[in-house]
Amino acid sequence: MQISSLIPPGFRLNGRRQRRTARWHIGNRQLVQSLSLGVVALVMIPVVYLFAGAVGAGQEGVDYLLRARTLIIIGNSIALMLATTFFATLIALPFAWLTSRSDLPARKILLVLGLAAMVIPSYLTAVTYTEAFGPKGILQSLLEPLGVDRLPGIKGFAGATLTITFVTFPYIVLPVRAALLHSDRSLEEAGQSLGLSRWQVFRQITLPQLRPALSAGMLMTALYSLSDFGAVAVMHFNAFTRAIFIQTESFRMDKASVLGLVLIVMTLVLLFLQSRLRHGGRHYRIGTGASRELTTMALGRWKYPALFFCGAVIFVGVAIPLLVLFKWLFGHTLTNPIQVSLSELISNTVGVSAVSAAVASLAAFPLALLAIRSASRFDRWLVNLAYAGNVLPGIVIALALVFYATQHMLSLYQTLPLLIMGYAIRYLPFSIGATESAFAQINPRFEEAARSLGLTSRAALLRITVPLARGGILAGLALVFLNVMKELPTTLILRPIGFRTFATRIWSAYDEAFLSSIALPGLVLIAVSALALAVILRREKAAQ
Amino acid sequence: MEFPLQTDSLTKTFNGQSPAVNDITLSVRPGEFLTLLGPSGSGKTTMLRLLAGFEIPTSGRIQIGERIVADEAHFVPPEQRKVGMVFQDYALFPHVDVAGNIGFGLRGSRRERDKRVKDMLALVGLMAFATRMPHELSGGQQQRVALARALAPGPDILLLDEPFSNLDTGLRAQVRTDVRNILLETETTALFVTHDQEEALTLSDEIAVIFDGRLVQVATPHVIYNRPINRQVAKFVGDANILPAEAHGMIAASKLGEVKLFHARQGQVDLMIRPEALAISYDERGKPATVLWREFHGHYQRLGLALEDGTRLIARTGVDRYFGRGNEVRVSMALPALAYDRVG
Repeated sequence: MQISSLIPPGFRLNGRRQRRTARWHIGNRQLVQSLSLGVVALVMIPVVYLFAGAVGAGQEGVDYLLRARTLIIIGNSIALMLATTFFATLIALPFAWLTSRSDLPARKILLVLGLAAMVIPSYLTAVTYTEAFGPKGILQSLLEPLGVDRLPGIKGFAGATLTITFVTFPYIVLPVRAALLHSDRSLEEAGQSLGLSRWQVFRQITLPQLRPALSAGMLMTALYSLSDFGAVAVMHFNAFTRAIFIQTESFRMDKASVLGLVLIVMTLVLLFLQSRLRHGGRHYRIGTGASRELTTMALGRWKYPALFFCGAVIFVGVAIPLLVLFKWLFGHTLTNPIQVSLSELISNTVGVSAVSAAVASLAAFPLALLAIRSASRFDRWLVNLAYAGNVLPGIVIALALVFYATQHMLSLYQTLPLLIMGYAIRYLPFSIGATESAFAQINPRFEEAARSLGLTSRAALLRITVPLARGGILAGLALVFLNVMKELPTTLILRPIGFRTFATRIWSAYDEAFLSSIALPGLVLIAVSALALAVILRREKAAQ
Repeated sequence: MEFPLQTDSLTKTFNGQSPAVNDITLSVRPGEFLTLLGPSGSGKTTMLRLLAGFEIPTSGRIQIGERIVADEAHFVPPEQRKVGMVFQDYALFPHVDVAGNIGFGLRGSRRERDKRVKDMLALVGLMAFATRMPHELSGGQQQRVALARALAPGPDILLLDEPFSNLDTGLRAQVRTDVRNILLETETTALFVTHDQEEALTLSDEIAVIFDGRLVQVATPHVIYNRPINRQVAKFVGDANILPAEAHGMIAASKLGEVKLFHARQGQVDLMIRPEALAISYDERGKPATVLWREFHGHYQRLGLALEDGTRLIARTGVDRYFGRGNEVRVSMALPALAYDRVG
């Protein structure tokens, strides 16, 4: 299984860009540059306004920031981030190792089932966990023989941590597994021949080789837990995103923007720390080299405990959400009296996701060209700014757009174009990353050959580069589509009144406790997500 | 005479580094097959990319036919230069079949283009492969498609960047001959880049030797091999024994005794002696030496020798006589030697 498309760009494990060899004409370059500049302006303007708003709040903003309740929110978010990163690593490391380097039976299937946790949106996982780990849930029924007839239920910190841990652990499994599969086996053999025990080999040789992959995965988990809205909202845990949402809903924009600013700063600090860590430490190359057949390690009497561990991870991460949804589907709980036809939900969700994916891909095109072809410092900055969506949680982008629209573009407020813009800004990095790597895989000599055969640089781009990059561009499109479909906070804040998608339908059904109304949209959403993911992965495999 | 290709003080400096191409002035005669020979990193590929228009020169002038394609005031883009290029990795378009690749650069009516593609396919002997995709071809076939594609638009000059380096050794000699014949048949003027001296010597009408971005010597293969301009060139194009000697006109005194020279010299010199210029025998003529090692190559043998004072020499002789390791032999000069000024 390939990881490159699933890891948000900018977190690439060995992110050295390809040598830029193909040259272009000044005229074309200017065109590409000005298109890129336009896209970056659209991305940055709302954010700049948000900053200005936060700074404009002045003393009032500072007071609000230093209030005990605000400080608690900051503390909550940090605690949540640390806890989820810790637990996700604790699960992901053995899971990755067992499914790639041990002789565990059916390890491929176990791996795929475990990774399936990432197609379930966090709010859906959270909703099902409140049921499963609730007073009379699945956990209680398992514990019934032990005389437990009621559980205290799961909410707040524990609930949010549990949810995000199981939603994000695949983000660590994927890079770690790739590193394990590409790790230099001869190093381990050298260690063994020098008389190291198995455990010493793992600690002193294998683990250090995993470090870059592990830190990349942990960073993604940490960023996710900071920016996630669904889990903390469902679990009523007062983290940043929930607080921002509440302030935005009640139009206290200055307070929301102060919180948003702090969230961005925290994200940047995290990225900065990680880059320091990477530059400071020894950097091991991974992901290259010939893939020699790796030997698997025999588990012996650990086989059954290992199977139990993997089974338990899959059970909690994937089986519980599905079981609960099916239970609701066939159960007799209350249904939402406001009936929304499934076809309306599908056409809304698929329609808006498809348009957003197309917009993001088009916007990404000039930036990806610039990223791959230009060595100028200005152009590099443009591309880096366009990757801002990586640092901006969906809710902050949504907040910034509301802020901007209500002050300067009231006609855009609560319209589809603004919603699509929010999605496109958030997921633009995915499109740029996919397009850029598709371009990077094309031999620069192809365009040069076309030029020497008499084609202008524009004709060479259209007849050589675009057809060859088509597959990669489509994969990026599918990835954006997949993510937009699941996106909750952006949709909640920016949607036109009465515009319903799977995500909002699930949210409102949960809000009003019509649990049965969650089941069908939830299951359809998971199925479509899984399908999109399968398409992406298959393409990656074919591309190899 | 009109030269199809001329450069004048051509220089290319990549930001901050020492020049990759340094003040190169070169002319290619019509129908000639000229080779740029140099070790990797010597700037020969940059030179080719400058000629093709993929790089903009820092200074100097490039003229193709009567047209100046690059100088301080002009820069003609690659598509307007009428320069064909065969790339090291062929760069066949993977999404287009063989006929599509060959016809890629052709203009005009459908009929004319199809005719031209057919002619080119016949020229390179791939008539039966028109609808194959590039990845379905062997390395040698891909090479020929790349050649046909570059020749199809009828370029004024053809550039080839290490075109044989991706082929198996066995195939290489055959493909080399094929390419040579095709270029002769089409009377194409060609400039070819390689770091392989054997390839350069066998294929070229003329060789231009480049070291560190500078043109060191331009001459026929015969001259480059037998009268290299300095030690560096001598060693690059083949085995070279370097022996200190004292020159007196056409004769020099050395550890091999009195040696005839190509040119009259006086004083301290270094002799450059090719291995085949040494005569090896078991008789009394020449200086005594011991055979240290022997390589058998079928039609000749290569010997490592040590003179009595320990000086090492490499010799090459026919296989009519056997010289084994440890044998005591005699070494003498069969040909005049080249003398260079002593350095240091």
